[in-house]
Amino acid sequence: MKAPVIRPKRKVHTMPYHLMLLPGVIILVTFSIIPILGNVIAFQDFIPTLGIAGSEWVGLENFQFMFQLTDTALIFRNTLVIAVGKIVFTTITAIMFSILLHECQFRRFSRVTQTITYLPHFLSWVILATIFRDMFDMNGIVNQFLTGAGIISEPFVFLGSNSTFQPVVIFTDVWKEFGYQAVIFISALSAVNTELYEAASIDGAGRLRRIWHITLPGIRTTIALVFVLALGNILNAGFDQIYNLYSPIVYQTGDIIDTYVYRVGFNDLQFSLATAVGTIKSVTSFILIILSYTVAYKFANYRIF
Amino acid sequence: MIQDKGFGNRLFDIIVTLLLALLGIACLLPLLNVLALSFSSKQAAVSGKVSFFPVDFTLDTYAYLLKEQRFFDAFFVSVRRVLLGGAINLVLTLLMAYPLSLESRVFPSRNRYMWFVVFTMLFAGGTVPWYFTINAVGIMDTIWALVLPGAVPVFNVILVMNYFRNLPRGIRESAEIDGVNALQMLIKIYIPISMPVIATVTLFSVVNHWNSFFDGMLLINTPEKIPLQTYIQALTIKAPSAMQSGNLTAAQVAERMAQRTFNAGKIVVSTIPILIIYPLLQRYFVSGITLGSVKE
Repeated sequence: MKAPVIRPKRKVHTMPYHLMLLPGVIILVTFSIIPILGNVIAFQDFIPTLGIAGSEWVGLENFQFMFQLTDTALIFRNTLVIAVGKIVFTTITAIMFSILLHECQFRRFSRVTQTITYLPHFLSWVILATIFRDMFDMNGIVNQFLTGAGIISEPFVFLGSNSTFQPVVIFTDVWKEFGYQAVIFISALSAVNTELYEAASIDGAGRLRRIWHITLPGIRTTIALVFVLALGNILNAGFDQIYNLYSPIVYQTGDIIDTYVYRVGFNDLQFSLATAVGTIKSVTSFILIILSYTVAYKFANYRIF
Repeated sequence: MIQDKGFGNRLFDIIVTLLLALLGIACLLPLLNVLALSFSSKQAAVSGKVSFFPVDFTLDTYAYLLKEQRFFDAFFVSVRRVLLGGAINLVLTLLMAYPLSLESRVFPSRNRYMWFVVFTMLFAGGTVPWYFTINAVGIMDTIWALVLPGAVPVFNVILVMNYFRNLPRGIRESAEIDGVNALQMLIKIYIPISMPVIATVTLFSVVNHWNSFFDGMLLINTPEKIPLQTYIQALTIKAPSAMQSGNLTAAQVAERMAQRTFNAGKIVVSTIPILIIYPLLQRYFVSGITLGSVKE
């Protein structure tokens, strides 16, 4: 057996730590950092067979071209509208749902309800889009119901019409995510001081007034935090969902940055243009995330690490 | 007056319960619809009679599915990717989380690594360069293309790291005095007391691997190697959309409609694994949902 070596206290051997981090670092460098550097093809006329070294440098040509395209303004607008719509409606629904759960007197019933509502979060958009495409189809269940109830006289193609595509996308996303989002608010609600409720009911405040004057102010910081952190997501309208729900008929309202980049890159094989659009998105998102984290740290002392 | 208040209170309870029940049912209905379709006869599905209960109950769909070799190929590709990808994710997550959880007094480079890791999470590389990188690595059209690019789930690393940081510091210090090295510390001391967070991140990465379709669509060409979600996507979304762009003949419409029950069956079977791990999932994930925390 080796005798224990007594070392000076501050002397630490960090080599094992570097070695433990090494495999992960190699993966991250290969599949995150190199693709980030690969964004330089946005400044080239990139031809895969020639590679980055062999392709011609064109400066800002791709970006100039991109801003001349009418598609560009459209996809940025669609992205913003859909993403902001999702953030606002999902958060509001989640807040209302968590307050309902908080008010519910039947513990088991509220637990079962909660379990059911966050199930959709764990299902893929491929599965859900297949289901929704069927439901919103001409002879799907939604049209059966609406015509049956006399709300509309003719079946309507909800996913094939520019007037309804965005609302359906936002609605189905709220449906999928509100239960999961609510978890944050539920844990914030459990921290609200119960003495305040007792004091208020002694003063004769009804349940609605207690919600308005105690519950909502009690989770004010959490609500603000959720909205601030959502700022980093306003260019993420949800590729998986849109890609599986849209069709050329609704490109005008449904095409977002991510779906556009995918089509231009992999269908039209305009790799440099696609990368230019993607780069604009990545850089803007990065700035917004840093901004939102800074704000969240300043006002709520929020930190991810 | 007291009675009046009691009535108002009870009414409030009833409204709350009804609204909650409504939201719960709303979340289940689409899933019930697809379940009902999968157990209904083709004729009933085509004529739009099926809502939330099977019409002309039959197991035809599932009998047909059992003979569909491609579906099972895809199913097992997904199983393999979950096992392989999930294992790699977990090992790398733990290996990174431990050194990153140390104070910079103990591990001075810790902060530099941390910024690097967080940067890769916050800055998205872009699909086109990502694709060509994977191509250059030479793993295209193999299962490695589905597991290596996402082998380090940074979100999970931070969750586990935050969990490690909240463990009492004395645990590590006393073990260190006993001469325990870094790897032993992680395996013998940290892992056994961190099972809740390990369960959480494992479930996250399992669900993530099971649900992804995009990488399978872009990186896999050989039909037998395509994972389940990509297979379903090609069948239920890509193929019908392609048909939609032209004018459909009556026969094509009928053909498309007849696929309804089969598609429903495939959806149901592909959802079963999620439902099986769901009880576990919902026991653990709440602790892991918030990445950051508000420090007092």
